[in-house]
Amino acid sequence: MSSIEFRQVQVRLGRRQVVNDFSMTVSSGSWLGIIGPNGAGKSSLLKAAAGVVAHSGQVLVDGAPLDLRHRSRRAALVSYVPQDPILPDDMTGSEYVMLGRTMHVGYFGMPSRNDRAMVDGVIERLGLTSFARRRLGSLSGGERQRLVIARALATEAPILLLDEPTSALDIGHQQQALELVARLRDEHGLTVVSAMHDLTLAGMYSDRLVLLHEGSMVAHGTVVEVLSAETLAEFYGVRVTVHQESDGTVVVVPRRDRL
Amino acid sequence: MSDQQLHPTASAGRPRWWIAGSIVVLIAVAAAGAMIGPAGPVWWRVPLAVLERVPFLGADGLGISSGVTDREWSIVWDIRMPRVVLAGIVGAMLSLGGASYQGVFRNPLVDPYLLGAAAGGGLGATLVITTVGRSGLDWPIDPVPLVAFVFALGTVAVTYAVGASFGGLRTSGTLVLAGVAMVSLMTAIQTFVLQRNSDVVREVYNWILGRLSTATWADVLLVSPYVLVSAGVLLLHRRHLDVLRVGDDEATALGVPVARVRLVVVVAATLGTAAVVAVSGLIGFVGLVVPHMVRLMAGSSYRVVIPLAVTIGASFLILADIPGRTLSSPAEVPIGVVTAFIGAPFFIVLLRTRQVSR
Repeated sequence: MSSIEFRQVQVRLGRRQVVNDFSMTVSSGSWLGIIGPNGAGKSSLLKAAAGVVAHSGQVLVDGAPLDLRHRSRRAALVSYVPQDPILPDDMTGSEYVMLGRTMHVGYFGMPSRNDRAMVDGVIERLGLTSFARRRLGSLSGGERQRLVIARALATEAPILLLDEPTSALDIGHQQQALELVARLRDEHGLTVVSAMHDLTLAGMYSDRLVLLHEGSMVAHGTVVEVLSAETLAEFYGVRVTVHQESDGTVVVVPRRDRL
Repeated sequence: MSDQQLHPTASAGRPRWWIAGSIVVLIAVAAAGAMIGPAGPVWWRVPLAVLERVPFLGADGLGISSGVTDREWSIVWDIRMPRVVLAGIVGAMLSLGGASYQGVFRNPLVDPYLLGAAAGGGLGATLVITTVGRSGLDWPIDPVPLVAFVFALGTVAVTYAVGASFGGLRTSGTLVLAGVAMVSLMTAIQTFVLQRNSDVVREVYNWILGRLSTATWADVLLVSPYVLVSAGVLLLHRRHLDVLRVGDDEATALGVPVARVRLVVVVAATLGTAAVVAVSGLIGFVGLVVPHMVRLMAGSSYRVVIPLAVTIGASFLILADIPGRTLSSPAEVPIGVVTAFIGAPFFIVLLRTRQVSR
């Protein structure tokens, strides 16, 4: 169980400031959804936390800055799933999940029996045994996404960063993937930060939401607070209706302007 | 039919068996290389002659008498064996370098000459041959390999510096483009120099086509240290090459120092490649295709590909050298021609059988 805190995080890509003074604390075991229009800086923010892009400000895990940690220790604290993960066609499922153990293996070392047992365990728990020896190129989008999540889980990192985890999936597999993450969060006490495209799904799974617009945080709070028709109209430039179902689920429905 | 039968995986085979098997093949091919040749003793006498010369055991202990004369033995020991050993070293290094480059640039069409090792070495050799001539002066050592080595390393160093200063080392794309530019530049200079010295075109051309015919034990000793260091470093980085397959960003997030790994692997592969280019000229095809042969046979994990590239690359070049020196004896077919001649059809067959079995 670990919390993650962003302290005035800024990311520049070339001359453009893509993340502007982002500060936020995500408490241990909770799920923060990051929403915002394309180009709002969601991916850059996650990449900064994963140490993939240079940034100023600090990202802290349990109060200690990640930048001061050795890269393998950092990777063992924060696992990162990019929007379009690269899955080499001729790699097998278990070889791929084994990559999640990279930071636990010494520089010149090889995976130990322990690492193998860990990978086998993750594969079994996620019901992926039949994919372990198959080539990634022969798998469907939903199967691939589950393997990517398995790899993230194999790192044993307490914090999971997901960049658009469902963007390549159909509605059934979107739900399946997010349910898997939700279940794993409960079982392992993971802290999840995810950038999400689909506002309704973001609202269904996140505890809190952050709305980014042109690199700056323009709204944050509970799902009901952030997903309001006025806010979405202002920053997405769309007309939507926001319904609240009887079970509390917030549904965002796009509307079509008719003259 | 079970799921796994529907989707066979090559890497499901045991890597250890592949490596052990490839070592057996290498020994067999090397033995054949020592036994076959246009001159010298009858082939079956060669192993006897080797046994005979084992101290305390052969001639004295077991009383083996091979009937091979000293002159014939000299052909085997001084001409064939260094040639076989050098072919093995060169083949191993080129395919190892190719596999490493392909891994570090995540590009299957890359060979160890990508960043200019061959073009630089070629220019260096051309400059020496055109200015001082190959044997014009009584140098203590042959200047051609030395200058070729220096030029090969220098060219790659410039490529790396240019690529790094423009693109940074987080991405490999700029580096590859810098390589393309440097290769064209070196080749252009070489062509210019050659045009002004058309009398030595043939000699330079021979160098470019690659040759093992002049191999001596001195050549073997000359390249061995570089190749050993290079191979050792690359073998130690084979796990990192597997992680790099998921891309620079993800590898970074998994805790791999991407820029450093890329630099170390490129330096090691270049050092070895430059050394073998210096003694054997430009032998094409091996560095590009042998790694793919290995992948088609034993799977794509670098933990298997890297060691197998060494053994199969060595076997491949030793094998390719045999027809080169026997077919049109006493003239020699350039080794680079033979590698493509044997390798291309074999590769096509392999590609086809793998497609069918998938």
